[in-house]
Amino acid sequence: MIRNQLSVFIENRNGQLCEITGILADKGINLEALNIAETVDYGVLRLIVSDEDSAIAALKENDYVISVNPVNMVKVPNVPGGLFSVLKKITAANIGIEYMYSIFGELNGSAQMIMRVADPDLLEKVVSQ
Amino acid sequence: MGNYYQKEIECASREEIRRIQNEKFLKQFKHAWENVPYYRKKVEDSGVSFDDIKSIDDICKLPFLSKDDLRDAYPYGLLGTDLKNCVRIQSTSGTTGKRVVAFYTKDDVDLWEDCCARAIVAAGGTNEDVCQVCYGYGLFTGGPGLHGGSHKVGCLTLPMSSGNTDRQLQFMTDLNATILCCTPSYAAYLAESIEERGLRDKIKLKAGIFGAEAWSEEMRADIEKRLGIKAYDIYGLTEISGPGVSFGCSEQKGMHINEDHFYAEIINPKTGEVLPMGSEGELVFTSLDKEAFPLIRYRTKDICELSDEKCSCGRSFVRMAKPRGRSDDMLIIKGVNVFPSQIETVLIEQGYPANYQIIVDRVNHTDTIDVNVEMSNDNFSDNLGKINEMEKSLVSALKAMLGIHANVHLVAPRTIERSEGKAVRVIDKRKI
Repeated sequence: MIRNQLSVFIENRNGQLCEITGILADKGINLEALNIAETVDYGVLRLIVSDEDSAIAALKENDYVISVNPVNMVKVPNVPGGLFSVLKKITAANIGIEYMYSIFGELNGSAQMIMRVADPDLLEKVVSQ
Repeated sequence: MGNYYQKEIECASREEIRRIQNEKFLKQFKHAWENVPYYRKKVEDSGVSFDDIKSIDDICKLPFLSKDDLRDAYPYGLLGTDLKNCVRIQSTSGTTGKRVVAFYTKDDVDLWEDCCARAIVAAGGTNEDVCQVCYGYGLFTGGPGLHGGSHKVGCLTLPMSSGNTDRQLQFMTDLNATILCCTPSYAAYLAESIEERGLRDKIKLKAGIFGAEAWSEEMRADIEKRLGIKAYDIYGLTEISGPGVSFGCSEQKGMHINEDHFYAEIINPKTGEVLPMGSEGELVFTSLDKEAFPLIRYRTKDICELSDEKCSCGRSFVRMAKPRGRSDDMLIIKGVNVFPSQIETVLIEQGYPANYQIIVDRVNHTDTIDVNVEMSNDNFSDNLGKINEMEKSLVSALKAMLGIHANVHLVAPRTIERSEGKAVRVIDKRKI
C-alpha cells in the first residue's frame, strides 16, 4: 500500500517530540508509524498518521516545516527470514531503498515496514508479486 | 548617453552644482536654526553660533545628527514646519522598537519623486514603459517613492507592493512589464520562480531598479542573466527622503547622488573628521531643500567612498560606491572584517530565507562565528543526506565569502526572534 508520510524538521532539544505528539493528540490523530533520523543539531521526524490532512494543518499552524512524500507500506512475514524474502524481490528488481523503518503493532501475524524509494508504484508491484 | 530626466541639473558643471549647494545650504541652515529648537540647541551646545556658518565650507563645524536624535525627538522634535503644511509621513523600522518618523510637505514629496524619476529614466524608462513596483507600499519608502517617480516619467505603473509572487508574475506577463522595481533578493526570487514556471519567454523586462538592501556584483550579474535585464542600483534612506538619494546609471560604476537636493560627506566614523574625496568612511547627508524634515549632517552609518571622476554617462553628480555595510554592524572576527550583509548575501544565494542570527564568541582565545539559519519548506526534505549536503555547501560558500570558517546550524522556523522591524542579527558574546 502507498501512503503519504509526513516528515517534520525538529531541533535536537528536550520537549520537541512531546510538543509535536501533543499537537497531534489534541486533534485526535493516531500515530501508525514513527521514525527519527538525526544529526547533532537537528533531526527529521517521519510519521504515518491516521488523518494526514488534519495533521499537516495542525503542524503548519504551529510553524513546523513539513515535507509530504509517498512511501510504501510493505507487509513482511513475521518469521525468521521474512524481511530477507521481501528484500530479495526488491533487490532483484534493482530498486534502491533510501531508508526504511518498521511500523507499530502487527497485522495478522505479519510485521510491516515503511520503505522510501524513488518509484513507489514499482516497488508496490514488485512486493505484491 | 542621453537618458536624463532633468538634464540641465544632472549634467550641470561642478561649479554650478557647488553654487546651488552653497545657496541652498545657507537657506536650509537658517530654516533649521529658526524652526527646529532641538537642532538649534544642539548647534549651540556644540559651541557654534549662527554667524559662524557663512558658506557650505563651514558645514564641517556643525554637529552630526544620528538616529539617536531622531528617536529622542520622536515624533515632532525635528519637524521644520507647521503640521498643517505636511502631507505625508514615512517611517523606518527601528532596531530598538521605537520607530523613526519622517515628515514631508508637498514640495518634499515632489523633489523626492523627481529623484526617483531620474533613477527610472537613467534605467531607460520612458512613458512607453510598464513599471512594476514590488517594493512594499505603506510606511516603507520603497513603494511610494518609485511609484511617484514612475508617475512622473509617465510609465504605466503597476502598484503591486511586495509579496504574492503568483500575482506578481501574472501581471508581469499579462501586462508586459518592462521595468521591475524591488529588492535584489526579491528579484532573484522572482527569477527563480519564472524559471520554475517556465515563463522566461513571456517576460518583457528590460531593466530592474534594485535597492533597500546590500547586494553584491555577483548577485547583479546573476539577476541580469536570469531575467535578461540590466540591473540598476538605487539608494536612499527615509530620514533623508527615501529611495533616489542616489541612483545607478548605465555605466554601473557607482550611484550618482542627487546633489542639488542632498549634500554628501565621508567622515572617519571614529573621529568625525571629514575625509578627502576617494577615502572610505561613513557617509553623511545633508538635505538641502527639504522643508518638513531639514536634517543637516545626518550620519547614515553606511560605509562607502565617493568619486568625483567624470562619468561617461554624462552626469556630473558625484558617485558613491555601493555601501559595504553599516559601520555599527561590522564585526572583526579573527582579525577579519565581517559584515552581516555578506552572510545574508550568501544565505540568499543558497536559497535560505533571510532569517538568521550570527553568534560570535571567543573560545580558548580564538574567535568563533556561528550562523543560525531557519529551515524553510523549500529546503526541507525527508532525506537527511540532502539536508546535510545543503548545509555543507552553505559552509563552503560562507568560507569563500568571509575567508574564515563559520559554523552553520539549521534551526526550526520562527525560533529566531522577530521584532517589529529589523531583527537582532548579531549576538557578540566575546568578553574582551
